[in-house]
Amino acid sequence: MNLLTASLKDLAQAVQSKKVSAREVTEKFLGQSEKWNKQLNAYITMNDKALEAASAVDQKLAKGEKVGPLAGVPMAIKDMLCTKGLRTTAGSKILHNFIPPYSSTVVNRLEGAGAITLGKANQDEFAMGSSNETSFFGIARNPWNLDYVPGGSSGGSAAAVAAGMATASIGTDTGGSIRQPASFCGVVGVKPTYGRVSRYGIVSFASSLDQAGPFSRTVADSALILETICGRDERDMTTASEPVPAWSSSIRKDLKGLKAGMPKEYFSDKLEPETRKAVEKAVDAVKKAGAEVVEVSIPLTEMAVPIYYLVATSEASSNLARYDGVRFGHRADFSKNPAESLAEFYCRTRGEGFGSEVKRRIILGTYALSSGYYDAYYKKACQVRRLLRQQFLDAFAKCDVLISPVTTSPAFKIGDRISDPLQMYLNDIYTTSANLVGIPGMSVPAGLSSSGLPIGVQLLAAHFQEQHLFNVGSVIEEAMNIKELPSVLQ
Amino acid sequence: MSYNNWEAVIGLEIHAQLLTESKMFSPDSTAFGGSDNENTDPVSLGLPGALPVLNKRAVEFAVRTGLSLNCAIREKSVFARKNYFYPDLPKGYQISQFDEPICEKGYVEYFLDGEIRRVSIERAHLEEDAGKSLHTGDFTLINLNRAGVPLLEIVSGPDMRTPAEAAEYARTVRRILRYLEVCDGNLEEGSLRCDCNVSVRKKGENKLGTKVELKNINSFRFVEKAIEYEIQRQIECKESGEPIVQETRLYDSTKNRTFSMRSKEEAHDYRYFPDPDLLPLKVEAEFLQKVRSELPELPLTRAQRFQTAFGLPAYDSFVLTAEKDLAEYFEQVAEVSKNAKAASNWVMTDLLRELNEAKLDVAKSPIAAAQLGELIAMIDSKEISGKMAKDVFMEMWKTSKPPKEIVKTKGMAQITDSSAIEKIVNDVLAQNGQAVADYRGGKTKLFGFFVGQVMKASKGQANPETVNQILTDKLKG
Repeated sequence: MNLLTASLKDLAQAVQSKKVSAREVTEKFLGQSEKWNKQLNAYITMNDKALEAASAVDQKLAKGEKVGPLAGVPMAIKDMLCTKGLRTTAGSKILHNFIPPYSSTVVNRLEGAGAITLGKANQDEFAMGSSNETSFFGIARNPWNLDYVPGGSSGGSAAAVAAGMATASIGTDTGGSIRQPASFCGVVGVKPTYGRVSRYGIVSFASSLDQAGPFSRTVADSALILETICGRDERDMTTASEPVPAWSSSIRKDLKGLKAGMPKEYFSDKLEPETRKAVEKAVDAVKKAGAEVVEVSIPLTEMAVPIYYLVATSEASSNLARYDGVRFGHRADFSKNPAESLAEFYCRTRGEGFGSEVKRRIILGTYALSSGYYDAYYKKACQVRRLLRQQFLDAFAKCDVLISPVTTSPAFKIGDRISDPLQMYLNDIYTTSANLVGIPGMSVPAGLSSSGLPIGVQLLAAHFQEQHLFNVGSVIEEAMNIKELPSVLQ
Repeated sequence: MSYNNWEAVIGLEIHAQLLTESKMFSPDSTAFGGSDNENTDPVSLGLPGALPVLNKRAVEFAVRTGLSLNCAIREKSVFARKNYFYPDLPKGYQISQFDEPICEKGYVEYFLDGEIRRVSIERAHLEEDAGKSLHTGDFTLINLNRAGVPLLEIVSGPDMRTPAEAAEYARTVRRILRYLEVCDGNLEEGSLRCDCNVSVRKKGENKLGTKVELKNINSFRFVEKAIEYEIQRQIECKESGEPIVQETRLYDSTKNRTFSMRSKEEAHDYRYFPDPDLLPLKVEAEFLQKVRSELPELPLTRAQRFQTAFGLPAYDSFVLTAEKDLAEYFEQVAEVSKNAKAASNWVMTDLLRELNEAKLDVAKSPIAAAQLGELIAMIDSKEISGKMAKDVFMEMWKTSKPPKEIVKTKGMAQITDSSAIEKIVNDVLAQNGQAVADYRGGKTKLFGFFVGQVMKASKGQANPETVNQILTDKLKG
């Protein structure tokens, strides 16, 4: 068994049946990480307690005690999630020295199920970016081609799984930050329904859009991780009381009776031919499994990116106010050159602590919420957001699942788009709607481009209907049967 | 108060800290006076990833208050973020309510100068308190124990015209809050804060003048004084043609003046927007009904009942209902004594005098209400005289013993047996032959002398009425 490429399910089984110890597994992944992280930069901080945690799992097993379903599974955690005693930076200088006194609910649930936190994954600063290029800790690279971006903002989480530096990982998705890097790195990534996963202890970017979710090698593995992290949390009022089904053991590959919709606005001229072909291949597989394919329409699709950049930046401008250098995190050095006013204290601290993309979005959001502009921007965006939601609900009255591309093209080269924010924002054209509407979405690998870069297919379902994603995703996964591995694993 | 041709317009914003055990949005304790930054979990500190969870008790307190202020309770209200930077505001925004507050459109009535007056309540909304900053030399120290404590901000209409009205309105609101047991109303400790909006205009004008907000007022007396100063200052400005600047001014009680804190040009754009971490707050009809059914009788209603049911004068009824505990104490005294008038006199003069002197709350009175009632009943049944009762009262205050026991052990019972009194009278008349002769000769003023002698001989225990009667008979000759 190749530990580095094994599925989570197989690995967890091997550990539980003591074919391999959790410590051996962790050592193996730490070795791979040490070997490649200098080049890939998928991790910002490694967890120096990982081996200890793995040994604790082994001890439990030795004593015949019950262990959780993720026992001994090495995972990368995006640096947006607070980990008690382990530095959490959100990819920003302003948190370069922040060691949280508490863990996020997601991390508590994962570790409670036996998962081993290997380290904290690289990301765009405060999850603001689509390429991992805005991280204060340097660019993470795509394991399939080191000259290419891994996608973002959860670039490190996707790259770590693709490169065998973790069996699975956690990312956050505010406008596509799980699905797009999953697509770029050839792994499965799921953004669950808004309210499925507690945001407690996860650095907020845009509170009404943020959801954490898994990256994994297989669809079933993502389902298993979600079963662990989903569910009501009394510390997050926006979590749903909806029961969490046993998704992973309920996957059905017979799609008879299922209706799959192709939203026509997602297949415009902007879509590159290779990506279009990959999606069409996936649609064929779904048809072959018994599903009926229908065309649907979401007329407001082209409004999704503008609405997204108003809502997300408005919320972010407020969410990021707490990074002021008063209680934690970076503070400008005032020892030689004291601040003459409170305003100067803030300006210098925040001016040094935030990168330019974060500043751009804070300014945008501040403007959109300002008196005199609120109605025209923030309020209007919220109104159109409601209309968009209605259009999706209408579409889901006609079908169970939407199949679409994740992005217009595969991963782009490092540096290609970073100087053109608008071009970068348009990268989110197919992914932001799911966040605005609150529905679950998945990216599942659908093949490689002629230049050897992965292409993913996006699946969307109605609120709380994740099972459809896992069923359809598994069908595509099986049909595509991708055997290629990135060079770092060959 | 008269300001010649000027009229003052006053509105109040009262911030009441709610007496919940935990904070508005976190399980942290709200206890006052803990060690610095002791009550600070990730939510109170505004740590990355911390999220607010609404305290249901605070909602209940807000509804209770809103109903008592005759407000409409919104079925759906919304928490909004008020964004501004300050070191003791950990998140960089305060969670408050903006265009959809939980309570709105109410009124409160109070009694002043012999009449009932009414002030409209525009709104009462829930929000969280900020921490405290302590500026010391080159440093500012921050204590976040208070950060996140629930506040109810009660905003009146611009309905008051004099400082006395404003102060009485504020006292009335405080009284209601204390009756409802939702706020302890301590202005000095800051659990009740009162900001005053003041403007002046020519009499007869409808347009409001430029308003000034007064802050930092920590007693009702200062509410009155600060507003009075501010009205005079604004009138002087108007009369000398100086423009009034819309600004916030702080009251300095030692100098009895207000001074500018910040002007409108420096005012913030708070960028209010609905807090996406909190769902809209829904108050269900069933909950509303439950809270309504549990409301206590409010001070004004109670005062009016005291007037009609007990025949008390208005003034007495307001003194006795100023605090819920006092009103309850009085009612018990009245019930046990079956003499409301006397109960009112004893509570208002003797009891309040001793309580004030000892700086005690009525709840801590060493004399239980039932025992004071018993004492009054003993006077009415002539077991003791009113004069003796005063001594018994003081003994009760010192020992907390029941009046009957004190009277018994001290041998203080009144002598009502007329044959016993007749014997004392005979002795007194026998010992004062000359005075008896003088009295019978027309010096009737000497009657008091005889009464005094009899009382003295009986050690004050003889029933004065019986003494009078027997003396009158005997002196006739």
